[in-house]
Amino acid sequence: MTAAEVRQIVIDIIADIAPDEDVSNLDDAKTLREQLDLDSMDFLDIVMELRKRHKVEVPQEDYPQLASLNSCVAYLLPKLS
Amino acid sequence: MNDSQRIVITGIGLTAPNGNNLSDFRGALLEKKSGVRHAEIRYMGIQAAGLCDFDEFKYQSKKLRRRGTRAGSISIYCANEAVIDSGINWESVDRSRVGVYLGITEHGNVETENEIYEMHQNNLDWKLWSPHHNPRTVANSPAGEVTLNMGITGPHYTLGSACAGGNVGIIQGLQQLILGEVDFALAGGVSESPQTFGIFAAFAAQGALAQNEDATKASKPLDINRNGIVIAEGGCIYTLERLSDAKARGAKIYAEIVGYAINSDASDFVNPNSSRQVECMHKAIKRAGIEIHDIDILNMHATGTGAGDISESRAVREAFASSDKTYVNFTKGHIGHAMGAAGALELAGNLPSFVDHMVHPGMNCEELDPECEIKNLVYKEPKKLESVNYILNNSFGMLGINSALIVKKYIG
Repeated sequence: MTAAEVRQIVIDIIADIAPDEDVSNLDDAKTLREQLDLDSMDFLDIVMELRKRHKVEVPQEDYPQLASLNSCVAYLLPKLS
Repeated sequence: MNDSQRIVITGIGLTAPNGNNLSDFRGALLEKKSGVRHAEIRYMGIQAAGLCDFDEFKYQSKKLRRRGTRAGSISIYCANEAVIDSGINWESVDRSRVGVYLGITEHGNVETENEIYEMHQNNLDWKLWSPHHNPRTVANSPAGEVTLNMGITGPHYTLGSACAGGNVGIIQGLQQLILGEVDFALAGGVSESPQTFGIFAAFAAQGALAQNEDATKASKPLDINRNGIVIAEGGCIYTLERLSDAKARGAKIYAEIVGYAINSDASDFVNPNSSRQVECMHKAIKRAGIEIHDIDILNMHATGTGAGDISESRAVREAFASSDKTYVNFTKGHIGHAMGAAGALELAGNLPSFVDHMVHPGMNCEELDPECEIKNLVYKEPKKLESVNYILNNSFGMLGINSALIVKKYIG
């Protein structure tokens, strides 16, 4: 799986969790919470969907790795490859 | 009685399987337009159900709809519609003095079934159980979603009262206003029950789930060929105010709530008790300070079950034996059984009678069960009366809970 594909996986999940948000022009370097109306429950949903859709487990201590798209890709790429 | 102790209805927000506002709902009742259709129910296949088609996103974001429940979504729609209908300047309302009181038959079945289904689809991985499950399933959830949506900081809770819930929610709102606990009440009932297969399966197990090739004819209260309940969703929320407050702001007033009663059969989990139903209606009439013959319209609970319809028919015959001017109708033939919403919705369906003097007919009673014969039963065509001053609304539920609510035409 490529970095672009991992990025798209995360964006697809966010689009489902926060359907009112525009996810087409996200800055990968900025935190997701800076750009989107996401709260802690939304991040739990992201973790849940990664597990359900892609069998990826994100332990609680790794939640900060999901802060931005860049950090998401860096963290998830080895797990999804 | 002092105007501050008299409670009036000043706004109505509703969604029914055959209408998303009072005007459309009333029109459908008069025209015998059904809101029942066939729908795919998990595990069970096609079943008749009463489903609503209101715009879920009129007052709620997609994200919060996803986070909440169908019952919450119905509640938010109805509450917002009611406040707009009341004409109150919502921005100037002290939200800490607003209370939300919603009757429910059940809550949480839908979400729990969904979680178990998802877990089962994913090799029983319990870690997929949603963190939203608890806030979605706490019993106050539908009322709480209304407060979140509308910035209400006064009290909120639901009234678990089986299928008497709609009436009970209204009664609670009335009582809290009289006690001075709040100044403005959002009160009524809601149902999301068709979203859960378990309620269908349980009624089927009881032999009480309606079946018909034509879904619009499945709900047949009082008909000799009735074969059970059509499960429906819906909601109806009223804005209730003290008459003194309503007059002070020049509000339009749909009706005054003048009588009510809630009692218990104390006899069976599911079978009704007509003697207790008679007592309930008579207690409400006594509280209203009127005579039996003063009731112009009585809306029956009439679910379409064998035992329920016979019991209530017997109760109505006995309770109103002395009245020749009380006309009787029922609503579930049109919309199915909207569970916790039923009492509140069915009351709304009759409220326009104060203005147009029409009694909407019951629907799908093609051959009246002789055991359900009732004097002045309106089930074929609408009936025009010379005047309508009092309406009594019955709503009963499992575990033997009975409720009767009486509203009076308001003449300023």
